[in-house]
Amino acid sequence: MTQPMNGAAVPAVQLNSVSVAYGLTGGGRYEAVQPVDVQVADGEFVAVLGPTGCGKSTLLNIAAGLMPPSSGESLIFGQRLQGLNTQAGYLFQQDALMPWKTARDNVAIGLEVRGTGRRDALGAADRILARVGLASFGDRYPHQLSGGQKKRVALAQVLVREPKILLMDEPFGPLDAQTRLIMSELLLDLWQADRKAVMFVTHDLDEAIALSDRVLVMSAGPRASIIGDFPIPLARPRDIAEVRSEPEFHRLHAAIWNTLRDEVRKTYGLSNAAKEIRA
Amino acid sequence: MSRPKLLFLQVMVAVVVLVFWHVFSTVPLGTGSDGKPYYLLPQFFFSTPLKVIERVFLMFWEGTVYKHLMITLTEAVLAFVIGATAGVLIGFWFARKPLVAAVFDPYVKMMNALPRVVLAPIFALWFGLGIWSKVWLGVTLVFFIVFFNVYQGVREVSPVVLSNARMLGMNERQLLRHVYWPAALSWVFSSLHTSVGFAVVGAVVGEYLGSSAGLGYLIHQAEGVFDVTGVFAGMVILMIFVMVIDFCVTLIEKPLLVWRPTETRTVQ
Repeated sequence: MTQPMNGAAVPAVQLNSVSVAYGLTGGGRYEAVQPVDVQVADGEFVAVLGPTGCGKSTLLNIAAGLMPPSSGESLIFGQRLQGLNTQAGYLFQQDALMPWKTARDNVAIGLEVRGTGRRDALGAADRILARVGLASFGDRYPHQLSGGQKKRVALAQVLVREPKILLMDEPFGPLDAQTRLIMSELLLDLWQADRKAVMFVTHDLDEAIALSDRVLVMSAGPRASIIGDFPIPLARPRDIAEVRSEPEFHRLHAAIWNTLRDEVRKTYGLSNAAKEIRA
Repeated sequence: MSRPKLLFLQVMVAVVVLVFWHVFSTVPLGTGSDGKPYYLLPQFFFSTPLKVIERVFLMFWEGTVYKHLMITLTEAVLAFVIGATAGVLIGFWFARKPLVAAVFDPYVKMMNALPRVVLAPIFALWFGLGIWSKVWLGVTLVFFIVFFNVYQGVREVSPVVLSNARMLGMNERQLLRHVYWPAALSWVFSSLHTSVGFAVVGAVVGEYLGSSAGLGYLIHQAEGVFDVTGVFAGMVILMIFVMVIDFCVTLIEKPLLVWRPTETRTVQ
C-alpha cells in the first residue's frame, strides 16, 4: 500500500473510496458521501469546495481520524490511519480554545502533553504567538479576545506542534470579510515558510482559488461526490488582494462556478429535506 | 444607578421596616373592649427592634454566642467539604460511565426528591445528638447540588473543545486534567453560593430538631420559653453569619473564575 504513485512521493493524505452513511433514528440510512478518492500531496494546498451540508467537513474528520469512514480507508503518508491522525493539526470552524486557559497556555499545552517542559513550551508559545501578531496578548483569556484574535490563537495552537498536515474546516467562516482577508494572508505567509500539506474546506470560491494549488468541488448531498478537480496555476507567493484581479483568477472562477452553480441550486431546492434529515 | 444612591435606597428599605415594626409594637392603636391598649404587633409575639438589637449586642458582649457560632460553623464547613468532595467524585464517575449513571438514575432521583428534614430524626438516632448528625444532614443537601452540577458540567463539555484537545495529542488522563476537570470545577463554583447556603441550612435545621449547642439550638431554646426577643436575636445572628460566609465565598471564587466572561459595561 505504501507504493509511491507514478514515481512521485507518497501523498500526505490519501482517501481511498471513502464513503459515509449515517444510521437514522427510527431506522434507515442516510448516505451522506458516496465513495470518493482524495489525494493531497506533501506540500500541496488543496481546497475542498462545496455547498453547505455536502459532507466536506465529514471528509476532513475522516482524514483527522475523528470519525471512521463507513467504507474505504485513509492513508496518511502511506500508513493506514487507525485512531487519531497524530501527524495532523486541525483548525476548527467553531471556537475550540479551552476557555479556562490563557492564550499562551492554550498554545503551550499542545507541547506540554507530549512531554516538553513547561518553560520551553511557554517559550515556544510566545514565539508563535508573536508570529501570528499576538505578542502582547498571551495572558488574555479567550473571552477577552476578538473573533479574529481567537482564530490566530487557534492557528498558533495548531502550528506550534509543527504538524506535517494541516486540516482546516472553514476556519475563517465565522469572521467578517476584512478579518478573513487578513487571516488568509497570514495563513499563506505561514504556509509559504514551510509548505505543509493542507486540506482546506470552504464554501467560499474566491477563498479557495486564492489560497490553494488545487480545488476539489463536491456535489450537494445526499450521496455527495467529487465532481471537479481544478489545478490552480497562479504563481506563488501570492498576494491575496492582488491575485483576485488577475485574468487567470477570473477564468478559473468562471470555470469552477460553472460546476458549482448547479450544486448550490440543488442545495437550496433540497434545503428543507436536508434539514429534516439533519434534525 | 450610582453606588451611593443604591446603598441609600437599600438602607431605606431596612429603616422603613424597622420603624414600622417599632411604631406598631410600642404605640397602641387604641383601647380594646376589655380596656387594655391594643397593639397591631403585640410585644409578646413580635418583641421590638430595639430589644432585639440590645439582645444581639448583649450576646456578643457577654460572649455567650461565640461557642454556638463555632459549633454551627464547624458543622457547616464539614458538611460542605464532605458533601462537595463526594459530589465531585461521584458526579465525575457517573458522567464518565453512562452505564453506572443509567443504573443509579432512578435512585438518585428518589433520594433527591426526599425532603431532607425527615432524615433529621433518624440521623440523630444513628449519629447521636452531637455535631455528626447535623453534618450528615448538611451533606445530604450539599451532595446533590454539587453532584448534579458536576455531572452536567462534565457531560456538557463542548464537543469541539474536546475534539480539539484530542487533536492536540491529549490522552484520557490529560483530557481529564485539562478539559473535564476545569469544566466541572467551573460548575461547582457557580453553585458555590447555593451549596454553602445549604450546608448552613442542614446544620441549623439539625440543631433545631435536637442538639445541645449551635445557633439552631439557641433559637429553639428561646422559642421553648416564649422568648420572642431571643428568637429574633437568634435569627438576626444567623442572617449575619450567612452573609459573612457568603461574602467569603465571593472572595474565594473571584480569582478562580477569572476566565469566565463577565458583562462588560461602557464607562463614561
